[in-house]
Amino acid sequence: MAFKIIDGCVNCWACEPVCPSDAIAAAEPHFRIEAKRCTECEGDYAEPQCASICPIEGVILDGFGEPVNPPGSLTGIPPARMAAAMAEIQAR
Amino acid sequence: MTLKVLEQESAMPAGGGCSSSGCGGSSDALAHLPEHIREKVHNHPCYSEEAHHHYARMHVAVAPACNIQCHYCNRKYDCANESRPGVVSELLTPEQAVKKVLAVAANIPQMTVLGIAGPGDPLANPERTLATFAALTEQAPDIKLCVSTNGLVLPSVVDELCRHNIDHVTITINCIDPAVGAKIYPWIFWNNRRLTGVKAAEILIEQQLKGLEMLVERGVLVKVNSVMIPGVNDQHLEQVSKLVKAKGAFLHNVMPLIAEAEHGTFYGVMGQRGPTHDELSALQDKCAGDMAMMRHCRQCRADAVGMLGEDRGAEFTLDKIEHMDIDYAAAMQRRKAVHEAIEAKRAEQRAEPHRAQATPTPTGEVFISLDAIRRSRKPTLRTRTRPVLMAVATQGQGVINQHFGHAREFLVYEATPEDVRFIGHRRVDQYCTGGDTCGDAETALARTIRTLDGCEVVLCSKIGIEPWEQLEAAGIAPNGEHAMEPIEGAVAAVYRELADGGRLAQPAAEAASA
Repeated sequence: MAFKIIDGCVNCWACEPVCPSDAIAAAEPHFRIEAKRCTECEGDYAEPQCASICPIEGVILDGFGEPVNPPGSLTGIPPARMAAAMAEIQAR
Repeated sequence: MTLKVLEQESAMPAGGGCSSSGCGGSSDALAHLPEHIREKVHNHPCYSEEAHHHYARMHVAVAPACNIQCHYCNRKYDCANESRPGVVSELLTPEQAVKKVLAVAANIPQMTVLGIAGPGDPLANPERTLATFAALTEQAPDIKLCVSTNGLVLPSVVDELCRHNIDHVTITINCIDPAVGAKIYPWIFWNNRRLTGVKAAEILIEQQLKGLEMLVERGVLVKVNSVMIPGVNDQHLEQVSKLVKAKGAFLHNVMPLIAEAEHGTFYGVMGQRGPTHDELSALQDKCAGDMAMMRHCRQCRADAVGMLGEDRGAEFTLDKIEHMDIDYAAAMQRRKAVHEAIEAKRAEQRAEPHRAQATPTPTGEVFISLDAIRRSRKPTLRTRTRPVLMAVATQGQGVINQHFGHAREFLVYEATPEDVRFIGHRRVDQYCTGGDTCGDAETALARTIRTLDGCEVVLCSKIGIEPWEQLEAAGIAPNGEHAMEPIEGAVAAVYRELADGGRLAQPAAEAASA
């Protein structure tokens, strides 16, 4: 199984140095994960490194095509709580 | 520091006067600092308010990656019309960055400072950042090097930083209470994991303070930046100021949150408001009791080039510097001559009689002669007059030398019977001015006038008839009579005219309670 970077990646370089398998490289139009090298960090770390540092939601997919960072993972606010959080913030 | 008048007037309103740093807009805002520190910041435009009228800075965008997430930052955005931290147009390799720095230094000799400020966190990209510093230390020894960081990995990089020509580091510390931090930082990347909540904030704060202590121990100057976020850390920043000063930071820079929905930041999208000019000023005044405050920060882009408030980055894009052949040894000679000329001019300005004669005391207070700012005020000596905010259009050199219509920002000074002090700047193009495509129907002039809210006078070298009329209609008096004069002297003169004309009587309620 391997991860994949899709459109939406902003080429910020954060993932490249933290990959334990050297599977990530700069490319056009955005960074690429070499599937043959990617281990999803199994055996190296408890969490996949690229996705843990990625500042964009939904641009890294796992082997099943599911986003590793789903909506809400960037801000820590689950979609269901957005309206309440917004009301609270706007009252400041 | 405080700015006081030598003779105290019994008729002066109690509690009046200046209780903050940045007074008089002179580098003596840093007068409380030891000589060796003042020496270091004397020609640093970001640290010395007075120096920023004369010297320029640049940032090179070599550090794209970040290791934390802040609610006021959006890593997606890159707009050439925008000027704020985290935004760049062109990412550089260390080699390209060095070439660009040499090109800028040769063409803008008043550029004294090179900073690496992102667009991510410079220390989350240690190889790229340190390679740039190493090359510049060797090739351009006359340029001061600075770095700004969120502090997360700072302790592990301190010794490496000290090996280069770096004597200034800025750490952004928005809170010292992890519960506050949890509202600002949704996560950090730490020990190969994404940590969230209070635990994440606790680690971040611990690392920031440890890094601060380590730098201070090694004699590196540390400035602390804080973003003021109403309802989140506005009540808390006074405590931050006290603690970072106690730990040895030499300057605290409280900056307003920039949060517009179109920037796509969490705060922007959620409708978190930024502070008003008054809220920001009031907090800066409160913090100033504890340490030197900075009020002239322009929250530059991570690839800004030029004097603070201007951006000449477009003259030094990669394709342009490619064709520039720089003889840096020759450039250094020219730079030295230009810096000497600037210093001569600064000395002359300081010596001019209508400019405050400042003499720092051991307590950090600066006394200026009453005579210097209040000559010919006799008719109003017994009258209580209120403070007045005045906006100034300047292109630098500490004088009023810009046409109203050309000003992209205004410096704001507060004049009182006791003194004139710089309190901040107002940008008229802070946010995207993309024009028609952004659906912004407000005219540039109307926007500028709204930006000057609270100011009663605007001083500039020249002004057109239409803006003149609209400013007057908005209750702001345009004034072009002090073109090419030093700013503080002109502001004091206009204040005297207003006072002598009986225009500044205290509002009744205030006078009764004073």
